[in-house]
Amino acid sequence: MLDPQDRIRFEHLVLPHLNSAANLARWILRNRADSDDVVQEATLRAYRFFVNFHGGDARAWLLQIVRNTCYTWLQKNRPSELMTEFDEEVHQRPAANPETIATQTDERQRLMSAVESLSPRFKEVLVLRELEGCSYKEIGEITGIPIGTVMSTLSRARERLRQVLTAAAPATAKEVS
Amino acid sequence: MNCELVETTIHGYFDGELDAVRSAEFEQHLEHCSRCQAVLEGLESLRTQLQQGDLYAPASPELREKVRRQIAGETNEARIESVSSWKKWFLLPAFGTMAAAAALIAIMLFVIPSHTQSTLTAELIDAHVRSLQPGHLFDVQSTDQHTVKPWFDGKIDFIPPVSDFAAQGFPLVGGRLDVVDGHNVAALVYGRRKHLINVFIWPRRENETIAEGSGSREGYNWVAGQSGDMRIYLVSDAGLSDLRELKALIHP
Repeated sequence: MLDPQDRIRFEHLVLPHLNSAANLARWILRNRADSDDVVQEATLRAYRFFVNFHGGDARAWLLQIVRNTCYTWLQKNRPSELMTEFDEEVHQRPAANPETIATQTDERQRLMSAVESLSPRFKEVLVLRELEGCSYKEIGEITGIPIGTVMSTLSRARERLRQVLTAAAPATAKEVS
Repeated sequence: MNCELVETTIHGYFDGELDAVRSAEFEQHLEHCSRCQAVLEGLESLRTQLQQGDLYAPASPELREKVRRQIAGETNEARIESVSSWKKWFLLPAFGTMAAAAALIAIMLFVIPSHTQSTLTAELIDAHVRSLQPGHLFDVQSTDQHTVKPWFDGKIDFIPPVSDFAAQGFPLVGGRLDVVDGHNVAALVYGRRKHLINVFIWPRRENETIAEGSGSREGYNWVAGQSGDMRIYLVSDAGLSDLRELKALIHP
């Protein structure tokens, strides 16, 4: 059972990574309302499991719980999104196809839509690496991807993002290139 | 020209994950492989785009507050449960009265006056954590106080005291604008060994008395005080003694 001492430790070790938790969930789930709920649930779970945390990388530990909570939530609420990942290279989610993205003039919006259009598995490695600055070892720990395949997953995710961005480039830019 | 290394090794190289030998081998290969050179350039521009695209989505103050409250609630529940498991009938009435009285006194004496201070501290710690995300630390990166100080000119309606304290072990790293408590503040970034210290500075309101203080929260240390007409607030994971030392340098 957790006592006030544990709570202080939790606040010192785990809560400073709340931004990382919010960021990861926001990208996996693609919207703020759902991801806030999931982060709340995940931190509560983390708090209850805190007795099982025996030091080490607190950020990776928290993000692992957040990531698993996200996937459980997806399975329950949007199972179709988890199905698409097996044929990622063949199909695209209709939510953000290149045409819709291309009409977005705002560069940042275009980039956001492109990242969001990727499958959860591709998004998570990209977000962890490029926005969170995680090492391959940490990415492996958080996602459960064997460390040997983190590199190739990242490679495929980056290639996919590049394709979406190229296909979605505004018409003028495409003519130039 | 096609090259199979673009599928794998180049990413390890780009991410700094290859050991020295493989990294050197790849660099040798890179000299002659135009395909790899082009892909590497593409990776770099993609990363720049992602990091400068302001995509990072940190926790909102509301979420932070919800999580804090939830954890506080969980701790209280756990405590009451463990009491109730044995001396419930005996203790509960007394406990209830005492707790209510204690809570009332706490609210009267402590919570209300310190509320603004505590919200402010939470907000500044959030600002500090936010600044540590890639690409968020400074708007002007310079170790030269004569570059940093004029940079603020025209962006805020006050002139923050900017000095480099590299000789004393606190090199100036840069500065940026931040918004805290609804107004613009200047944030100066100093280094301290491997730590970064954010110094938030904004003008004191007339007749406003500033509580000097320091403390720790969520693993971060903070020191609050004033310097002339300015409020200054230092936040970092560096030790409190370091923060006090820097504060004494800023305002002897």
